[in-house]
Parts: sequence; structure tokens; C-alpha cells
Amino acid sequence: MESSALALTVFAALFALVTVLGFVAARWRPADLDQLHEWGLGGRRFGTLVTWFLLGGDLYTAYTFVAVPALVFGQGALGFFAIPYTIIAYPLVFVVMPRLWSVSHRRGYLTAADFVRGRFDSPVLALAVAATGILATMPYIALQLVGIQVVLGAMGVQGSGWMADLPLVVAFVILAAYTYQSGLRAPALIAVVKDTIVYITVIAAVIVIPSKLGGYRAIFDAVPANKLILAAPKLGTLGQFSAYSTLAFGSALALFLYPHAMTGVLSSSGRAVIRRNTAMMPAYSLLLGLIALLGYMAIAAEVDKAPAYAGGFREYGPNFAVPALFLSVFPSWFVGFAFAAIAIGALVPAAIMSIAAANLFTRNVYKEFLRPRCAGKEESTVAKVASLLVKFGALSFIVLVPQKYAIQLQLLGGVWILQTFPAVIIGLYTRWLHPRALLAGWATGMTAGTWMAGKLAFKGSVYPLMFSGLAIPGYTALWALMANLLVAVLASGALDAAGVARGDDATKKEDYCP
Amino acid sequence: MRRGPQVLWYLLLIVPFVGTLWVPFYNAIEPRVLGIPYFYWYQFLWIFISAALTAIVYFATREDS
Repeated sequence: MESSALALTVFAALFALVTVLGFVAARWRPADLDQLHEWGLGGRRFGTLVTWFLLGGDLYTAYTFVAVPALVFGQGALGFFAIPYTIIAYPLVFVVMPRLWSVSHRRGYLTAADFVRGRFDSPVLALAVAATGILATMPYIALQLVGIQVVLGAMGVQGSGWMADLPLVVAFVILAAYTYQSGLRAPALIAVVKDTIVYITVIAAVIVIPSKLGGYRAIFDAVPANKLILAAPKLGTLGQFSAYSTLAFGSALALFLYPHAMTGVLSSSGRAVIRRNTAMMPAYSLLLGLIALLGYMAIAAEVDKAPAYAGGFREYGPNFAVPALFLSVFPSWFVGFAFAAIAIGALVPAAIMSIAAANLFTRNVYKEFLRPRCAGKEESTVAKVASLLVKFGALSFIVLVPQKYAIQLQLLGGVWILQTFPAVIIGLYTRWLHPRALLAGWATGMTAGTWMAGKLAFKGSVYPLMFSGLAIPGYTALWALMANLLVAVLASGALDAAGVARGDDATKKEDYCP
Repeated sequence: MRRGPQVLWYLLLIVPFVGTLWVPFYNAIEPRVLGIPYFYWYQFLWIFISAALTAIVYFATREDS
């Protein structure tokens, strides 16, 4: 197994490089890391280019790189919804996020829940937003580990018994150590390396692989015709059409409600940085589209029929498609490089997610309910410890619990996080919705979403809604959000009519503007 | 603050939603470009259109600070 040793050497060398960077990051733009806004938001000083790398490294995770082509490999055109999803997400960010940045900057908010707390004067509503964020993030971190597991397995790093998870544990302990020390500066610096090797890998893949498979026409010809486009709807249902567009639209609405995306946005140095980046981020959408096509290349290369990869597919399912494709076409040193791209691609989002969850816990649970006067060093220490706990929680989850539960929970996480939309995003524009109504809407959305997911046996996210004889299959998160909004609007009217008092708004109109 | 007509530029940002969320616009294999079915190159094209529109709105609504 000499070639796999070469792959492993390249992989280990790149991993060592980012480890060093992770620790050195503490001295990058030096500041007092005992202040939470320095540790947890990088001092809100990241410029256009760093933010571009950070958000790219943050949103396009290892799991994305593995799961999107796996979905295209398994289900064909439906898996491509990730492309319209990332296309429409950025115009939304362009409009909404500068407002959130401004008000957070003026009022010192570190999390979306901080904003909700100030805007609606309701610690309970803020707690609901924070808890939803933490709940949605934990399985997402766990899934980053799946990315590392798959590539380690593909390189033949497999022990038995408790040894089996040792490389994963080592990788995560290192990650936890430099995140603890350097905070958001670590993933920001590593993201530059990560995105660079991801771009190199993908550009090489979309040039080299089609040349070996006889060009793009041959690749698409190898895909069964019924996978190439969406099935036309039958009578009485909107079929895959409504599924495709609601998945894209709902995911786009949810994207920037995720705490790690919020952290990426709030760490930038200004509104212009965010606005500029929404025009630059589509470079990553292009990358994702090309990565999605790897799923078809895996079909054309017939990796699932090669005996050498049968074990991998048995162990990891369709998630093994891309690793198998790389193993079959790339020289071994480049396999190591490409796999490092995936593994490091897991570290950046895992670090940012754990920091984001730690910020939420510290600000909206610990400080709000346990130690109101905590500040400075105590605050940052709590966050650092919380980031460790979150990471080890995710690690033990993936080691102890079957992987499919992490995937199901991440699916649910998407449904849940969208239920914070009314409080956070609508709250940026108006206080018309009553805080208690928002809470009732949130509870309705969480319940409805979880119920629909349960009906689908936690395996899918498309639920057919009946509308006067017409079935509209759509993304559960979006249906749940509609229930959520309906309750929030009706209850606001009722609460106002009953004269139930609202709290004070800690923000001013001009806080939201440049 | 000069709002008003500036806000109209933001309407451009609705265009990508229409272009990508209405599936009947692009759920077809032909015409292919370089062997790539319409469904795929159409959506790839929208990545560029959307980025261009966002850039236009960015420059048109520049906030001087």
C-alpha cells in the first residue's frame, strides 16, 4: 500500500500546516482575547477578502462537499436544488444583513438572540432563538466529522474497536485546542488555506475527470434519462417541481439564520464588506455546482460497480461516491491533497459553529439567566469552555450514535432554525409582531415541522400539503414557517386588542442605517 | 439620506428568484451546450447573472460613509 502511504503523507502535511496556522492565529491582529467580541467575533475587523474566505469556508462545509454530489449521484436532478438555493441566498443577504450588522455594531450584539433580546425586551423569546440555534448547530458539527471519517476511511486509515475513532478524536482535540486559544481568528486564517486547496481540487477535477471519461457529453449520456431532469408533475400534484423550488427557497431563507453564518457576517468590519461580498460569494456557488456534477462523473466512472470500492459504499453509502471517484482517477499524491481539502473543509465550519454556539450560550443563557453581571474575562472564559463542550458533545455523538441519527437531526435543524425567521428577520424591519405572539408562532412552527418530519420517518424533507385537491410537495421547513407566521400575526392582533403590554425597544430607528 | 428612487434598484434583486424558482423555465434536456443539458447550463448561467445584478445594485446604491 505504498500509494496510500503517499496520499496519507500529503494529507498529514497539510493538516500539520493548518494546525500551526490555528495556533499562530492568536497573534494575528493582536488584541485582548479575554474579551468575548475579540475571541468570538475577531473584533469585528475582518475586511472584504478575509470575510469572503471566512464565509466561503464557513458555509460550504465538508458535509456539503460530500453530501451534495452524493445526492446528485443517488437522486439526480433533485439534488441540484443546492444551486438555485445558493443563487438566491445572496440577494437576500444583501438586503437584510447590513441592517443586522449596523444594529449589532451600535448596540454591541454578538448573536441574533442578543438582537431579539434588545428589540423585543423578552429574555424568553431570546432564549428560544438561542436554544434553536444551539440545537440546529450541534448535529451540523457532528456531520463535519462524517466528512473527515469518510476520507480517512478512503485512505485506508481503519483501526478496530475503540482505535477506529482515534484519528478522528486526535483531529478534533487539536481543533478544540486552537479554537480555545485563538477564537474566530483561527478558522478565519485556516479558511484561506482551505478555500485555496478546495478551488485547486475542484478545478483539477472538472478538467481531468471529463477528459478521462470522454467529455461532458459522455458523462451526461451515462446518467439515466429519468435522473437528468425533474419528473413532470402528474395530474393532481405539483410533484418534484414544487419540491425543488421550495427546497431552494426555504434553504436560502434559513442559511443566514444559522449561528455560524451570523457569526461570519457580524465579524466583518462594515456594511460595505457584507454588501460587496454578496456579489463575490457566487464564486462559491459556481464551485458548488461543479462539485454537484462530480456525482454524475461518479456514475459515468461506474465507481459503485468497482469491487475495490464496494467496502466503502457499504460503510458510507452514496457519501463514498466522490472519494471513490478521486481514488479511481487521481494520482495518489493528489488524492491526499483532495482529501485534505475535504478534511480541512470540516475543521473551519466546525470551529466557527462551536464558537457561534458558545457565544449564544454565554450571552443568552449564562449571562441572561445565571450571572447577569458577568463580563470581560469571565464571559470569554465561559465561551471558551462552552466551545469545548459543544465540540466534544458532537464528537461523542458521532462516535457513540449511528451516523444516520446525526443526518436526521441536521435535517430537523434546518426546519427548526427557519422558525426564528419572524423574530430575527421580520424583527429587523418592524416591531408589529408581539413578542408573545412570536413565541407562540415559534412553538407552532417547531411542533408542526417536527411533526411533519416524523410523518416522513425523519428521512426526508418534502411533505405534500393538500390544497383543495391539489398536492403540493414542499420543504417542511417552509410549511412550518407558514404556520408559524399565521399564528404570530393572529396572536399579535389578539394580544394588542387585549392590551397585553410589550416591553421597550432598546434600539432606535437610526441604529439600522449606515 | 437620499432614499426614494434608490430603492427601485433593489427590485433588480427579485429577478434571480423568478429565473431560478420557476422550474418549467428550465426543466428540459435540449438544447445542450457543449454536451451539457439545458437544465444544468441554465442554472449555471444564473449564478453569473445574479452576481452581476447584485454588483449593479451595489454600485447604484453605494453608501458613502
